[in-house]
Amino acid sequence: MTDTAAPEYTTDEMMTVAAARELKDGAVCFVGIGLPSEATNLARATHAPNCVLIYESGTVGAKPDVLPLSIGDGVLAEYADSVVSVPEIFNYWLQAGRVDVGFLGAAQMDRYGNINTTVIGPYESPKVRLPGAGGAPEIAASAKEVAVILRQKPRSFVEEIAFVTSVGHRYGGDSRKELGYGGVGPTIVISDLGVLRPDPETKGLTMTALHPGATVEEAKEATGWELKVAEELETTDPPTEKELDILRELKARTEASRKKA
Amino acid sequence: MAEVVELREAVAGLVSDGDSVALEGFTHLIPTAAAHEIIRQGKKDLVLIRMTPDLIYDQMIGMGCARKLIFSWGGNPGVGSLHRFRDAVENGWPRPLEIEEHSHAGMANRYVAGASNLPFAVLRGYVGTDLPKVTSTIAPITCPFTGEELMAVPALNPDVAIIHAQQADQRGNVAIWGITGIQKEAVLAARRAIVTVEEVVDHFEPRPFQIVLPSVAVDAVAVVPHGAHPSYADGYYDRDNAYYEAWDPISRDRERFTGWMEQHVLSVEDFADHTRSIQGEGAM
Repeated sequence: MTDTAAPEYTTDEMMTVAAARELKDGAVCFVGIGLPSEATNLARATHAPNCVLIYESGTVGAKPDVLPLSIGDGVLAEYADSVVSVPEIFNYWLQAGRVDVGFLGAAQMDRYGNINTTVIGPYESPKVRLPGAGGAPEIAASAKEVAVILRQKPRSFVEEIAFVTSVGHRYGGDSRKELGYGGVGPTIVISDLGVLRPDPETKGLTMTALHPGATVEEAKEATGWELKVAEELETTDPPTEKELDILRELKARTEASRKKA
Repeated sequence: MAEVVELREAVAGLVSDGDSVALEGFTHLIPTAAAHEIIRQGKKDLVLIRMTPDLIYDQMIGMGCARKLIFSWGGNPGVGSLHRFRDAVENGWPRPLEIEEHSHAGMANRYVAGASNLPFAVLRGYVGTDLPKVTSTIAPITCPFTGEELMAVPALNPDVAIIHAQQADQRGNVAIWGITGIQKEAVLAARRAIVTVEEVVDHFEPRPFQIVLPSVAVDAVAVVPHGAHPSYADGYYDRDNAYYEAWDPISRDRERFTGWMEQHVLSVEDFADHTRSIQGEGAM
């Protein structure tokens, strides 16, 4: 619970701040657009100035001063250490094992961190046709670790995903290892309610921390499978004033630049 | 060697009904003018290829130009869905659209194989996902040296590749800088290539991350200033983000979409006329 002196913030801001804290300084990070991009750029502006952000359009060491609307915005190339072709980013960087962590979003995720961004409903006659795979399947396969950022809702945290676009821990246990991928899969999921990590044995996602104000009941209600909760449940530190200021400035700058364009 | 011609002439001469056509661009340098010319000339039964189909593919699909789409991510970047693409997949309007979907890594490697005159490419991916179940152009392959199992994807050799670039010189060499995406591979994989450019210059200045496509790889160069709008051309103009947002309600409704295309694409002479048309009407 926040006391009266602490700054006020939204659950989305808490989620972004909690995700940002997971990016280590100096890490090479393959960044998805949207929430992952917001979190990793907050990290770069706070505790991780030396992280190397890679976007799938081919920018390595991107340093955008505003958040990109799309994965190939000019601001990503402008201050990048290098700009390479798309085959090079996927083959020489991602597949070669040069990426420490992939930050991904999703439409749906199951208890093993498998991700769907393809369809809701049957593939042949979908209820909702989503954008599709993009770079996610190989990020999930070959980044050494994966962090997923996703708002916790019954329609996103589901018992069974309609389509496996990107593999997490597959059926749990050691089943991912049989696939022969270089990366270990999702090591953390950051939601607007808290943090989930895979159980070391079953690989099922377990709620290990709640953000201030969130409750176990709320998290269980927002989850489409029977949510496991860690015995020693932690509480996330609330956003600091500095984290909030930097995040809000980043978003305000982004908003202003979009209106100007 | 590339000839410098009018865009109308290039599309009429090099794009035929039933062709497989890749109009590539990764947020940057999207060949909008060429897509509009294809729509205006009423090309049909096209197999459209693109890693990131966005507004121009939404427009071509909605106008019934395509029978099939080969792609890896279809959306309105930063805004949401492609409503015409979704309507075609979900409801078969204005005609059913066959889809063949891959990941970005798969598509990129398919172009590389195509440009290299190889029948297929191999990569580490797809295993454990549902994509091989729905896409027949993904198949396992065993490494003959190590016995390791990998995934194979067939080469892409489009009949025509179309890209937009910043500059060409008098001989038809093409300079592209900034994010160059998959454009080089798409052009070298294709049987024929059309490049629209912002301008023709006497000689190229050195620029960061610039690539030059030699004239022998290109069939036609057409000068279309602003030809990538609403996307951007590094060094020339910024991305028109408001246009992408405005497209959402226009494309959501079949009738409104058709009316917009009729007024601003079918009834105009060329891309300059289109720009005047959307500005004059405040249509964006």
